[in-house]
Amino acid sequence: MEYFVFYGLATVAVTAALVVVLMNRAIYSALALIVCFGAVAGLFFQLGAQFVAAVQIILYAGAIMVLFLFVIMLLDPQSEKFSPDQLKQVPFLALPCAAFLAFVLVQMTFQWSAGTSAPSVVQTSGSLQMDGNTESLARLLFRDYLLPFEITSILILSAVLGAVVLTRRPE
Amino acid sequence: MIPVTHYLALAAILFVIGTCGVILQRNVLTMFMCIELMLNAVNLTFITFSRFLNQLDGQIFVLFVMTVAAAEAAVGLALIVILSRRADSLDVDQANTMKW
Repeated sequence: MEYFVFYGLATVAVTAALVVVLMNRAIYSALALIVCFGAVAGLFFQLGAQFVAAVQIILYAGAIMVLFLFVIMLLDPQSEKFSPDQLKQVPFLALPCAAFLAFVLVQMTFQWSAGTSAPSVVQTSGSLQMDGNTESLARLLFRDYLLPFEITSILILSAVLGAVVLTRRPE
Repeated sequence: MIPVTHYLALAAILFVIGTCGVILQRNVLTMFMCIELMLNAVNLTFITFSRFLNQLDGQIFVLFVMTVAAAEAAVGLALIVILSRRADSLDVDQANTMKW
């Protein structure tokens, strides 16, 4: 059952990601990206990160993708096809990508699957048990990571100001 | 229990798909969406290690990554709006004024 859920969600995520890359219209890419985010949120849920899964749906699939769809509708892009000279670069692209993927997969297969699993349970002072996900997450975020959390608000404020200043029409 | 390598392999595959999209696509909006896809793949890696190391710090990092992605989307989409206003196109090959 667990494997069934994992491989189902993984297939949906990879297929949606391929659709994002290969579609000519930006609107189809955006819709496929929402599906991909939903599948990854399911994986988060399976991994015991319920709060992050909910935030993924609300923030990513909700807020950010609505922003994307808004801009796509606003600008109404014409379909941009892959030009022929663009497709000639595919081998140069495929080689490093395949090399990277093969390296990662081989590394994981041989180094971790053989004998002792590398990610053994490491308990440090800052670690918390996984039970009560949201509660322990909040405790960690508002105690140990309070300063980064506050700095994040400055980041968002400056991003909002930047967006407003950038899109303002010159008088 | 699904082995940790399966999750990491899936994250690596999603990341590579996103990278290919950034390089292959000419539409600046789709390129931006592929960057979001790559960020999401990294988030999956964080959550996986958070689970298998039994530590919650990875999930905190994911929350920060999502916040930065939201800020990035706001500024990036503003830049795209300006680009389309100036160049009258969303094709990145059209925006080559500063290309040597």
